[in-house]
Amino acid sequence: MSDPVNEPDTTMPAGESPPSMLGCPLTDSHGQVVIHPRRDQWLSVVDALIADGYRMCADLTAVDYLNHMSRPLPDGITPERFEVVANLLDITHRRRIRLRVQIAEHDAALPSLFDRYPGTEAMEREVFDMFGISFDDHPDLTRILMPEDWVGHPLRKDYAVGAIPVQFKGAHQ
Amino acid sequence: MTTTHETPDTDEISEIDPVIVSERETVSALARPGHVNTDEGAQEMQARSGSSAAEVLREVGAVLRMSETEAAQLMTTGDLNRISDVGEDETMIINMGPQHPSTHGVLRLMLELKGETVLRCKPIIGYLHTGMEKTGEQLTYMQGGTNVTRMDYASPLNNELVFSMATEKLLGIDGDIPERAQWMRMLLSELNRMSSHLLFMATNGMDLGAVSMMIYGWREREEVLRFFQKVTGLRMNHNFVRPGGLAADLPPGWRDDVLRILDMLPGRLEEYDILMTGQPIFRERLQGVGVITPDEALALGATGPILRSTGVEWDLRRDMPYLHYEDVEFDVVVGSFGDAYDRYAIRLAEIRESMLIVRQILDKMPAGDYRIQDKKVTPPPRARIDESMEALIHHFKIFTEGFKVPEGEVYVAIESPRGEIGCYIASDGSSTPYRMHVRAPSFVNIQCLAHMMRGGLVADAVAVISSVDPVLGEVDR
Repeated sequence: MSDPVNEPDTTMPAGESPPSMLGCPLTDSHGQVVIHPRRDQWLSVVDALIADGYRMCADLTAVDYLNHMSRPLPDGITPERFEVVANLLDITHRRRIRLRVQIAEHDAALPSLFDRYPGTEAMEREVFDMFGISFDDHPDLTRILMPEDWVGHPLRKDYAVGAIPVQFKGAHQ
Repeated sequence: MTTTHETPDTDEISEIDPVIVSERETVSALARPGHVNTDEGAQEMQARSGSSAAEVLREVGAVLRMSETEAAQLMTTGDLNRISDVGEDETMIINMGPQHPSTHGVLRLMLELKGETVLRCKPIIGYLHTGMEKTGEQLTYMQGGTNVTRMDYASPLNNELVFSMATEKLLGIDGDIPERAQWMRMLLSELNRMSSHLLFMATNGMDLGAVSMMIYGWREREEVLRFFQKVTGLRMNHNFVRPGGLAADLPPGWRDDVLRILDMLPGRLEEYDILMTGQPIFRERLQGVGVITPDEALALGATGPILRSTGVEWDLRRDMPYLHYEDVEFDVVVGSFGDAYDRYAIRLAEIRESMLIVRQILDKMPAGDYRIQDKKVTPPPRARIDESMEALIHHFKIFTEGFKVPEGEVYVAIESPRGEIGCYIASDGSSTPYRMHVRAPSFVNIQCLAHMMRGGLVADAVAVISSVDPVLGEVDR
């Protein structure tokens, strides 16, 4: 029996079930391996990848797809407003994998990876600060780049840029 | 003032500016019960007395990064003072920075001290945050280089390189970049690594009291920057590496300039060895300070000299080669103790390795084009503009509207002097990135500070910060 992690079944002929890995749809983005776990699979998929050798979380960030909901996604994945993107690195086998998880706007939360990768502490705080996505069980979920009394999350697409109220009445007509 | 104007200021603004209205709606939506509130609590380190047991434990988990056994022990006994066997009134929380000459900019550390011993440490960042990732969404791919080059201002060419490589991958032209352009990129990247590490030599010496070292390190770095100025027109923030290639070819006489640097440096580096490497006071100051283990470094996501100082052989130039790093010989220098001295020695050795690479590049530099001849991304040559209206329009379009990049998302990482610098771009098919994120090595690496400082002396804090070599422009972005 082949190892489902080491040998993602990308060779599946067309017409049969789409490629998957660890129960998640698997896609190829310019030669890079991307998997699309559901939110409830997030921790179990990461655990399986850690067991497979992905010892480092190189990067964790998010994208607000408010103005681009029509982006291509594999079948079975419902596009949501936010997407959290994690890039894991396996230094033994010299490979990377990217995880994209859909986060709904009305329930913008995701389990924290802090217990698995302590290095995601600052990255998750940054995503929280910039997008307002909260991470459950994060030890210190506070703003990291913006002041702690800041209102709004700057990297959201509906966050106004450079709109400063001016005193002159005729300035805005 | 008439009565119509006697509405509260906020309403008045909302009436006038539709942009502000949408922002305010977002804010009120956020304030819904059960949703993320914007007032999350303090970023600062809390005093032990002012925190409940659970809060301190949580903070300790985040800030001190205790081992699991320690945390479990703490959890079972419930005795928080066991963290370091101190009473609440014996400790003191002090600020180091943001205005402190050894914090390399505007890094602020809150240190909990007992006497001279650091019990807890929390880095507080954001003082240099200028929203560069947001800005990156407004700039075209052609202009994006001017933005990313200012992030890690000590190694601007590596920032431009990773951004350009990500853009090229999205465009699907990453396999078509001319040979000469790739070798030129390697040349500039390696020279930039040398200038960045020379700057580290200067600041590290200064932080440890070898003030004359600051002058020497700066002097040598300036020689490299002078070459950059000749090639790119600027000492820093070049915007020289662009999607598709480079902005210009190497100027006449570049080979002699590079050779002059390569001939000058070895003697100077030997002087560093006399002044610092073999010097007992310097060694005493660094050896055994700020120790980190391989497991900790990997867990914290540390890369670059910090990871290599623990003995982990990981260098993207060798392990996930890009450009033509497969075709040059060089060693990946690793340490064995994971202390501040190893990190110093690795950077010094990396300067020598980079010089080795640069010599090979000089031998192998091919003739050819310095940018891809793809009309989509490359403006026409200057001479064509004088004679052809179409060329003029083409040039104008590329620099005003930019070029459209196909829909998709990509993450590209290269080895900057500080570690893995990555660029994640999501494109919606327009001429500006839908989202442009830079994985800044310093941002991740400074998480090691709390771990390295724990249990050390406050006087060593300066040596530890210096050995991590953070660039705050990149940390805060």
